[in-house]
Amino acid sequence: MSVALRRLLLAVVGLVFLLPIVAMVEFTLRSPSGSGYGLDHWAAILDPERERSYRNLFEGVANSLTLAVVTAALVLVLLVPTMVLVSLRYPRLMRVLEFVCIVPITVPAIVLVVGLAPVYGVVVRVAGGGTWTLALAYGVTVLPFAFRALQTDLSASNLATLTEAARTLGASWPRVMTTVIVPTLRRGILAAAFITVAVVLGEYTIASLLNRVNLQTALVQVSRSDPYAAVIFALLALLFAFTLLLLIGRVGTARSRGVLPASPGSVSPASGAAASPAPVAPAPTSKAVR
Amino acid sequence: MSSATLIDETAPATTRSAGAVPARSRMRLPAWLGLTPFAAYVLAFLAVPCLLALSSGFFDADGAVTLENLTVLGEPAVRSAFLASFAVSGVTAVVGAVVGAAVCWGLTALRPDGPVRSVIDSVSSVLAQFGGVMLAFAFITTIGIQGLFTRLLLDTFGIDIFAGGVWLYQVPGLLLPYIYFQVPLMVITFMPAVAGLKPQWSEAVATLGGTWWNHLVSVVVPVLAPSFLGCLLLLFANAFSSYATAAALISQGAQIVPLQIRAALVSETVLGRANVAGALALGMVVVMAVLMVLYSALQRRTERWQR
Repeated sequence: MSVALRRLLLAVVGLVFLLPIVAMVEFTLRSPSGSGYGLDHWAAILDPERERSYRNLFEGVANSLTLAVVTAALVLVLLVPTMVLVSLRYPRLMRVLEFVCIVPITVPAIVLVVGLAPVYGVVVRVAGGGTWTLALAYGVTVLPFAFRALQTDLSASNLATLTEAARTLGASWPRVMTTVIVPTLRRGILAAAFITVAVVLGEYTIASLLNRVNLQTALVQVSRSDPYAAVIFALLALLFAFTLLLLIGRVGTARSRGVLPASPGSVSPASGAAASPAPVAPAPTSKAVR
Repeated sequence: MSSATLIDETAPATTRSAGAVPARSRMRLPAWLGLTPFAAYVLAFLAVPCLLALSSGFFDADGAVTLENLTVLGEPAVRSAFLASFAVSGVTAVVGAVVGAAVCWGLTALRPDGPVRSVIDSVSSVLAQFGGVMLAFAFITTIGIQGLFTRLLLDTFGIDIFAGGVWLYQVPGLLLPYIYFQVPLMVITFMPAVAGLKPQWSEAVATLGGTWWNHLVSVVVPVLAPSFLGCLLLLFANAFSSYATAAALISQGAQIVPLQIRAALVSETVLGRANVAGALALGMVVVMAVLMVLYSALQRRTERWQR
């Protein structure tokens, strides 16, 4: 049927879905006096005098970034060698591995947290109560996403031939890993890392019920005293996650051309948010991407 | 717990190497040893928590086996929480599936590798999977008491959407935010099936003298039906298990099952309520398991048309 009708439908649904985001932007631009608009709330975040009231929020951001990096490292270190080994030596176990990695979708986080509470009693005794320990639980929640990202790349590459060639030429397994396997799977690894970061930055359930502080629990807490700051940070976090996922899409389509995208996506959805002073989001973007 | 597994898994290796001591120098580590770090991790942080969550409902505060906690599933408050969860999940799954399917149809008008498509894909992923708390904020700023839409309606048309009380922080308030993440999830999961519809099929119908209505009724609907139902179940499960949005909106009370678990966990120390969270978790997992078994059965039928 007509292309115009389908485009019209997309435009209507798109506008409706844009409304809450526009409302968020509008909310942050309301001036404190109660009428008119201004950048006061955005400026307040940079104001050193008010830094103390946002300390919680900045701690949450820092914790979430730490967790994102540690979780990504943990998942990649555990999952990549396992998936490569299974696909090369035990192809029949692939279905088992897939099943294990999909289980966290079936078990809601709110259920998992019931069992994680006693496990964390042990973890805290053994490894201390550091922020990073939460990454052990997050690794499980990102397994389905990371597995799918790596699996797509793994099944599309002829890793068996490449590793055999390298082995025939006398390369040791560590050398094969660093010079053949990791470069071959770089798109899958990058996609898995990005999606892990996006999941970890959005996680609330486990952190809040284990009484940890991360970005989302800090947002909920701050929203009670200063809803403007909470909404500003929520917008920035959404924008950051969107950028990460857009990059994953680009990495995926870049496959055919055989190159990695050189710069982050130029399209930004909420231009209002992107143009405003954004102390936190741009820094992690450049840190995580480059 | 993890130390117990280590012993289990190294046991065969030790016995074997003990039997082959002279050959040890040329013996290499067996390849399956490479699987143990991942296995140990999954055991400690996935299998053990799952087992603990599901089994704790069968123990009382002193560790004795009991079925008493399970009676909590029959309490009126818990029963109504399950009913509310089913209602919210059902309504948002149906609306999300219908709107999402329409969007999928709309997306066929765009180039699959074009920039608009990749923006829509990324936005869908963000909203479907990583929103949580932030989506609650989005709706508070839209239809909250001071929300943009609320004020617009009140100032321009004199319509007070909260005339009958503030429903945003109650169960009905969950519907719009949930639909907001259900529609994108439908787009992500249903799009492969829609993209799998072959243009040759509509050409074949046209060649045989059929109308677009014939094509719709005798090709599109039968081919897409299993996938649509599967996605509907997935959406239901998604809403049923989501916690963050509800927790951020509803700070008082426990009107749906995940919030009941929150209440049970927070009041774990209250006498006689220990391990109630485990019983509730068990109830949730039973529902999820049924949904997922049905989903995978439907998924197998779907794949038939996607080769």
